[in-house]
Amino acid sequence: MTRRFDALTWYAVLFVAFLYGPVLLMPLFSVNDANFATFPLSGFTLRHYGAMAANASMMQALGNSLWVAVGVAVVSTALALPAALALARYRLPGKGPILGFIMLPLVVPSIVLGVALLVVIIQILGLRLSLWTVAAGHLMLCIPFAIVVLMSRLEGFDPSLEEASRDLGAPGLSTFLRVTLPLAAPGVISSLLLCFIISFDEFVISFFLTGTDTTLPVFLFSQLRFPNRLPGTLALGSLILLGSAVLVILAEAMRRRGLPSGGNP
Amino acid sequence: MASAGRSARTGAALLAPAFLVMAATLAAPLAALILLSFWTQDGFTIDRSLTLANYARVLTLSDEPTVWNGIPFPFAYPVPAILLVKSLTMSLVATAAVILIAWPMAYFLAFRVTRHKAVWIILLTIPFWTSYLLRVFAWKIVLGYNGAVNSGLMSLGIIREPLEFLLYNPVAVTITLAHSWIAFAVLPIYVSLDKIDRSLLEAASDLGDSRWARFRRITLPLSMPGTISATLLVFIPTVGDYVTPTLVGGPTGTMIGNLVQQLFTRQDNAPLGAAISILTMLVIAVLVLLFLRLVGWRHMRGRG
Repeated sequence: MTRRFDALTWYAVLFVAFLYGPVLLMPLFSVNDANFATFPLSGFTLRHYGAMAANASMMQALGNSLWVAVGVAVVSTALALPAALALARYRLPGKGPILGFIMLPLVVPSIVLGVALLVVIIQILGLRLSLWTVAAGHLMLCIPFAIVVLMSRLEGFDPSLEEASRDLGAPGLSTFLRVTLPLAAPGVISSLLLCFIISFDEFVISFFLTGTDTTLPVFLFSQLRFPNRLPGTLALGSLILLGSAVLVILAEAMRRRGLPSGGNP
Repeated sequence: MASAGRSARTGAALLAPAFLVMAATLAAPLAALILLSFWTQDGFTIDRSLTLANYARVLTLSDEPTVWNGIPFPFAYPVPAILLVKSLTMSLVATAAVILIAWPMAYFLAFRVTRHKAVWIILLTIPFWTSYLLRVFAWKIVLGYNGAVNSGLMSLGIIREPLEFLLYNPVAVTITLAHSWIAFAVLPIYVSLDKIDRSLLEAASDLGDSRWARFRRITLPLSMPGTISATLLVFIPTVGDYVTPTLVGGPTGTMIGNLVQQLFTRQDNAPLGAAISILTMLVIAVLVLLFLRLVGWRHMRGRG
């Protein structure tokens, strides 16, 4: 019995090593005093980070990404909260197909979503590509995730609390503001953080919809082709990974907060 | 009941804003893509008469070499059908690998982890949310000519010259695809394993079933809903992947997504690109339905 436990535990450890190993090479080489990502390591340096901070076009791309991600996170969550409420609480005809349609971006390859939006924007609407078109693409990608997160939160607490509030005479909006929203708050924060992350890290759709103003991943992609820019790329990549990981942990912590912690979280 | 009607109306009103945005950014673009696939393009002019010419071209062997940025295009004979079959094969291999590797991990999570379950789950989800582009790029660092594997083996004295066959081939693409999606596969399998009523296993044990018999007759069948979702969640998006073949694929590791990107962004032939996208989605849909018919519906509708 003990021996079997060991084998499976070792497997889990190896699994996590396989999952994180390649990714962690990036921060490792980003502080390595060399211009290629090679072993043996040749000494610790922060010069790649210094060079990166001095790169004006990169800071511009970072600013663009932050604006788009904040906007997309707020708008997707604002649209998803009433939708999640409707899907979790109300008896709607055709709920299944509607939910299936909204979840479509999770299974359609993103390149198809990207070119489809490109067709509408260029061929049909005749608009120019800009950060607005990028944001529209991100919105389509984030709304399904926001709805999933918020629905799981809304299903996690007792609807009789809302009924009690209505029975005591609070009108719909008042019940929403004073009962539903506070109970849903951790889910709302989690949704904001996840949408921010998805938008901030999104590459394929941005790649198709970006105009002259690029977002950080699109900028990063343009740097990947130049071997002499590798160290700066590694530094930028490491910071993106670190920032994303911190926000994911925060989002998960919020999502789990106050959920019933039984055997099936 | 009057209140039920009002409830449905309020529900529809609450759902409407998100639904309208999804209609504008998802349904309308997909419809436009379908329409575009029936048009044709010659140079920069688009002919709007409806035709199946693009779909016919996908299956037609072409022997005119394509030139891209002055250099011959990686696949000199752009036969989208062959590229689609290649993409499906690479995705299927990656999906099979992902399910095989993820399953024991999910089992560990469901049956062995008793404390800190949430910590394990967060640990496994972090890579999924953080940059996909960077996870793919990481494999370039691992497998590259000057990469971690080559320089590591050389500094250990195992090889003298860097191995060139590690990167820029279909195997590198398949490994990278598998790595990128593996965390996504563990969770659905874990959820269905975790739902299994432990008393079923105890009962089987009391009635004299061996460990293997319990696994084969209880654990494995009851894990099927999650295993099936995991299979679909990995297979469907990987077929059209664009980032992985671009970064680690090289000349022989290109996939259908690369061709679609070429046709759209270089103003080459967007209608043909649209037809290839639609056809790719159709082929995926047919394969998924076949898969569900073979193994799925019974399990999907069961306890899942």
